[in-house]
Amino acid sequence: MAAIEIEGLSKDYQTGFWRKHPWRALDGLSLRVEQGEVFGFLGHNGAGKTTTLKLLTGLIFPTAGTATILGKPLGQPETFRHIGYLPENPYFYDYLTAQELLDYFARFFPLTSDERRLRRDAVLEQAGLDGFRNLPLRKFSKGMLQRLGIAQAVLHQPEVVLLDEPMSGLDPMGRREVRDLIVRMKTEGKTVFFSTHILSDAEALCDRVAILNRGKLAGVGPISELLKTLPGFEAVIECSSPEALYEIEPLAAKPVSASGGQYRMEVTEQNVRPLLALCERDDVRLLSLNPLHTSLEDYFAELSSAKDAAPVRARGASS
Amino acid sequence: MKNSSPTLAVTLNTFREAVRDRVLYNLVAFAVILIASAVLFGEISIGIQKTILINLGLSSISVFGLLISIFLGIGLVFKEVDKRSLYALLSKPVRRSQFIIGKFLGLNLTLAVNTALMSAGLWAALYYLARRFEAPDLFIWVAIYFILLQLFLVTAICLFFSCFSTPLLSAIFTFLLYVIGTFSADLRAFGEMTQNASWKALTSFLYYLLPNFSDFSVAAAVSHGKPVAGGLILLNTLYTLCYAAVLLAASVAIFARKDLK
Amino acid sequence: MSRAGAKPIAAVFALVMIAGLAASAGLQTAIDRRMAPYLGTPDELWIPSGKVLKRLSLGNSGLMADIYWTRVVQYYGGQIRDRKTDFSLLGPLLDITVELDPNLLVAYRFGSIFLCEASPRGAGEPMQAVRLIEKGIQANPDEWRLWHDLGFIYYWDLKNYPAAAQAYLDGSKNSHADPWMKVMAAVISQKGGNRETSRFLWTEIYRSAEDTMIRQNAEEHLQSLQAMDDMEELDKRILLFREKTGRPPQALSELVTEGLLKGVPIDPLGFPYRLSPGGKVVLSPKSSIRLEEETPPPQPEKSS
Repeated sequence: MAAIEIEGLSKDYQTGFWRKHPWRALDGLSLRVEQGEVFGFLGHNGAGKTTTLKLLTGLIFPTAGTATILGKPLGQPETFRHIGYLPENPYFYDYLTAQELLDYFARFFPLTSDERRLRRDAVLEQAGLDGFRNLPLRKFSKGMLQRLGIAQAVLHQPEVVLLDEPMSGLDPMGRREVRDLIVRMKTEGKTVFFSTHILSDAEALCDRVAILNRGKLAGVGPISELLKTLPGFEAVIECSSPEALYEIEPLAAKPVSASGGQYRMEVTEQNVRPLLALCERDDVRLLSLNPLHTSLEDYFAELSSAKDAAPVRARGASS
Repeated sequence: MKNSSPTLAVTLNTFREAVRDRVLYNLVAFAVILIASAVLFGEISIGIQKTILINLGLSSISVFGLLISIFLGIGLVFKEVDKRSLYALLSKPVRRSQFIIGKFLGLNLTLAVNTALMSAGLWAALYYLARRFEAPDLFIWVAIYFILLQLFLVTAICLFFSCFSTPLLSAIFTFLLYVIGTFSADLRAFGEMTQNASWKALTSFLYYLLPNFSDFSVAAAVSHGKPVAGGLILLNTLYTLCYAAVLLAASVAIFARKDLK
Repeated sequence: MSRAGAKPIAAVFALVMIAGLAASAGLQTAIDRRMAPYLGTPDELWIPSGKVLKRLSLGNSGLMADIYWTRVVQYYGGQIRDRKTDFSLLGPLLDITVELDPNLLVAYRFGSIFLCEASPRGAGEPMQAVRLIEKGIQANPDEWRLWHDLGFIYYWDLKNYPAAAQAYLDGSKNSHADPWMKVMAAVISQKGGNRETSRFLWTEIYRSAEDTMIRQNAEEHLQSLQAMDDMEELDKRILLFREKTGRPPQALSELVTEGLLKGVPIDPLGFPYRLSPGGKVVLSPKSSIRLEEETPPPQPEKSS
């Protein structure tokens, strides 16, 4: 049984004063997410990612199409027992403390008061908020709220977790923490479905991704198959002497960009070996070496330019 | 593994939200001060002092109760939708109907507690004035109960508007409906006076459709120690339950299929 | 700004604000003096209809009635204090009050006294009072005292003794009525205007009055009746003096000398009675007692 199964899901919004101009926010989305996957939902702002998530959580109602979660219909209390949801830019009742909020939400699930307390304490600790449990939420920073949001999503140990832009507005430390939480969820066997417009996050975490463009599905599959690899590599090195730099610079295909003692450069495949040889020196240190590929922006630009672009189905994507 | 009712959870949380809202304290304090000041009427002869105290006390409880119920009621649903705190809540195993009913009951609970506090102020003032209680004073409780019933009705109206309208409009509509409701009887009488059959029909229809708040006006009688018939108490209770149920059902219906922004 | 600099600045702000408030208070006093001719005392009824006010009070008509009752008391007291003789707003204010709260008994009683009292003590409109009381009786059928108030208006102000007797009779039918109501009905129909009756009724009003103004007014009337009794008694002693000495006395002290009086008598307010140059007993000019007008006692009703 698929974790999430979506068939031809569409959502129209009525705009205009007399409601005569429907705006199609989502157009015939069909998708299948397997249990245990970490699935990324990519797209620009306004592509329809949040709309999809709101449809899945029953906050809005579809104009056409169907979807099930773990085989259960959308919007039913029974279904909600098995899913956890983190909304985008979450707002929780600011007159409650973290502990009170989790306790309140826990009451909607069939837990005894002991179980409630245990789960509440467990997720608080997991989210690193144990020390702040009695702080009113109006005093929480954005990062803390985001972590609390994930905590309340997993409070009842759901099988499927839906996250809307979980890294949005976080500092690097915060993003690291959220990434760790997602990884942990995966090891626990949960299905994680999250939306983001930041490519590197998806790359780091997801088994597969789907790309949404203006309400339509543009591609689904592992990232590496969807985004073309360009010939060449990107290297980041640390260099402490000008002479070494003088030797390295010619190897770069484009001008080297530098910041804080680190140098970032693109090298062609042939120049990788010589570069590595140079890195054997004492005054040079290789920090990273990665294959280049197109960015998400490039991908969308290409999509827009190609007329009647058919949705790209990569190998290995299940239908 | 018992699942304590989601409706109850929403009710208690709504109560908690109201209690932590500082607007409430100011209003209640003001009402109590007002009632206490009624005792300072020195100019008026002794027999009337009690009448004035009861009238002022009941009017204060009524007016401040109305303010509280509108202030809190208009934000009941709208605030949650606007600020999106509802997103996290409605993704839990709770039906939208349970949410609405829980909010309604929570606000009523708040009103009941506030009314009790203000009534305590009134009773303290009465005791200070008269040094003893008489049998007819019991009907003051009835008057307070009727005020509470009125407030429950106002809450239901507020909740109804709050499901599809902004707080400002909800407040205005609720207040208008309250004002019209206090003289809906006159509306019908006006229709009777005109000789026009369609006016009569229209005003009659409106009379039965709109909430009738004059049913609950027993303050003046009670201030003279007059009794309130038991039948009236029962009927008013049933009327409130009936009418509020209608509004609640309408609210649930509207909210059930509403796309949350 | 450094910490050390912040404190003096705060003090300066405080001083400026206090000085400003004091100045504006002073200015206001000056303005008040100038504004007096423009404002006068606006004795107007902005909303003359009790029914409209009832609508506007949105269910708080009891409180509104109490507020208007306060206005009645202040209006009456203010006119008396300012020695004004115009009580034209009294009737309308009372009408509004009882429209708002038909059970406010003290309003009816107040109206029955002060609407009837002739200027400068009241509006001098007994028919207004009758209409007010009749409204009160309709709204409060159990209040037998209202019948007494009605009867008293007919008796005292309108001198309509048959109507008065009828009112007392109707009131006596109420099971809670004091027994004297029935007696009063009979006495009035027999004797008409009679000082004993008047004294009894005013005493009854004095006893049962909850409002200080009503009680004070009743007391004044009782004092007046007492003075009239005293003066009649003094007239009798003067006659005795004349018989004894063959001449009218020049001063009341002469009666004391003749042994007809123990001392020069004082009126209920403590001022001594005197003899006018014409030989009649009069009150001291310092006394504020007002003598009642009395019609000569009518002949007892004879069936003829």
